[in-house]
Amino acid sequence: MKIIVCIKQVPSTNEVRMDPVTKTIIRDSRQAVINPFDTYAIEEAVRLKEQLGGTVYAMSMGIPATERLLRDAMARGVDKSLLLTDRAFAGADTLATSYALSLGAAQLGDFDLIICGKMAVDGDTAQIGPELSAQLGIPFITDVCEILEASEKKLRCKKVTDNGFAEVEITLPALITVSKDINMPRFPSISGVRFSLTAPFRSCTAADVGADTERCGLTGSPTQVVRSFTPDRSHKAQPLTGSMAEIADAALKIYEEVR
Amino acid sequence: MGIKIDRDLCIGCGTCLGACGSGALELSGDGYAVVNDNCVMCGMCVDACPVGAITLEKDGGESDISAYHGVWVFAQQTEGKILPVAYELLGKGRELADALGVTLTAVCFGSNVQQPEKLIHAGADKVILADDPKLGFAMDLPYADLLTKLIRERKPEIVLYGATAFGRSMAPRVAATVKTGLTADCTILEIDGETKLLRQTRPAFGGNLMATIICPNTRPQMATVRPGVMPALEPDTSRTGEIERLTGVEIPDTAVTLLNTITEITGDNITDYDILVVGGKGVGAKKNMKYVKRLAELLGGNYGVSRPLIDAGWAEYKHQVGQTGCSVAPKLLLSLGVSGAIQHLAGIGGAQTIIAVNTDPDAPIFNVAHYAVVGDCIEFMQEMIAKLEAKQ
Repeated sequence: MKIIVCIKQVPSTNEVRMDPVTKTIIRDSRQAVINPFDTYAIEEAVRLKEQLGGTVYAMSMGIPATERLLRDAMARGVDKSLLLTDRAFAGADTLATSYALSLGAAQLGDFDLIICGKMAVDGDTAQIGPELSAQLGIPFITDVCEILEASEKKLRCKKVTDNGFAEVEITLPALITVSKDINMPRFPSISGVRFSLTAPFRSCTAADVGADTERCGLTGSPTQVVRSFTPDRSHKAQPLTGSMAEIADAALKIYEEVR
Repeated sequence: MGIKIDRDLCIGCGTCLGACGSGALELSGDGYAVVNDNCVMCGMCVDACPVGAITLEKDGGESDISAYHGVWVFAQQTEGKILPVAYELLGKGRELADALGVTLTAVCFGSNVQQPEKLIHAGADKVILADDPKLGFAMDLPYADLLTKLIRERKPEIVLYGATAFGRSMAPRVAATVKTGLTADCTILEIDGETKLLRQTRPAFGGNLMATIICPNTRPQMATVRPGVMPALEPDTSRTGEIERLTGVEIPDTAVTLLNTITEITGDNITDYDILVVGGKGVGAKKNMKYVKRLAELLGGNYGVSRPLIDAGWAEYKHQVGQTGCSVAPKLLLSLGVSGAIQHLAGIGGAQTIIAVNTDPDAPIFNVAHYAVVGDCIEFMQEMIAKLEAKQ
């Protein structure tokens, strides 16, 4: 089985710095980590490989320093990596990003399964998985919390729905996004770390994957950020004081008013 | 729009077949390359063709945004019952449609959908309803395909979706298929007075940053909105409007098959409650969770917890409030012993009233709370429970 895991580099903190001119986020490689949701995707891919055999690829679109994170994924059981890195990809929204990733997937060739984290913790959109599936014209399932049965042809999955769960079967090739309760990601093994340090690494530019630059990055993004601002958090809470009995009375009064 | 292969130039060499990542090209019986439905119009074959026989044609007609009119709301249903978020979206949709001077249409797919006229009462001018047994359970692919087809045929300028688990899954599939933008989890939607563009404001970085986003050159302009963020209008039963029932809708089988659904007890979803009692590390011990649960029960609400309590195994994941759990928008949220990490605050921004109890007067939770109690949350809960039980 050939599995591709999409990973995103995200800041390790939610402290934000903006480029005042382009109004996009300044991504600083120093404190970057793998998007936490993607670590579950990596683990699930490696487990499927251990069960069915095959190869796991980690793919990312990002700045050259993302190599460190892809190598980290290789220390955790991923076999090969592909980094899509080019100035032409910069400033991409979800449509332009999913376009670039679709070309990366095409570059890796006949895959059976793509696994993405449910969402990234910086943008919080949860759109890349479904958009990538549309770009590739393959079926998809989001929010998978358990793979019940896997073969080279099909997956039977449990997924989270709005009012519970659903059990669905999907014919491969396909894309799934995984929620965080699907597994407990492993730590890198010593042999894995050794492998990741010396393994060959592949990165591609927009031209390498045959990208139409009109569809990449800022140019290829239908959405534009026109204004960014930090929300007003200056408001002051009204204190409730007195004995705890008085405070509870005040709280119950508020409860009666708002219910 | 699509890949065009010039038969006068094609030499049938097959180079394009290898270049295509989607398996969209094949050689016809008479030796020419042909494109099938797998094509994603990536254009890789265009560059690969040694004789320049392949071109990617862009459709001028479709990109003409002036052909797009009207505001649509996708009205999600479960078991035939329209979800509250649909009415909330119609409240905002009404405002946007009035600002543009266009009609507001609710689009609903389901099986035996109950009372579609309620969508009219909530502000829609028109309802487009596809009612078919195959649409009973909301599935991404058939829903996305049908909605994509309707969008291409009828060209709405704005489409709004509820940011439910399903909405967040189906809407991006539609967006990438029609090749337009989609802005997730908008908290403010407004029409720009000059450009008439939809201004979409959303939080990012766990609410540390707000961004206003536009989609100027492609249509429709699409956004998702979390449940509980926009107020619904008071239902007006005197409102009338057309309910168009789509007939002859073909819903083909897809590569995804529904085998089974497990419905959790209705209302067990913490996002469905008007009153939420949320415990944090200040609860102190697993045994104290009984106070959190009891207080929630007495107030007619449900309980949530911050992430550390999930990690400690004090509550199930579905009770987690915050960025990696549920975003909630209750009328009243009692925040008990929660310090207020930014990831947690990102999940409670929609709460109308927050009463926070924490022993630390500098806890960040007080920056977003409406009422602040500096004190022990266990004592507070015990006092509240005693008072409520005495009233029973």
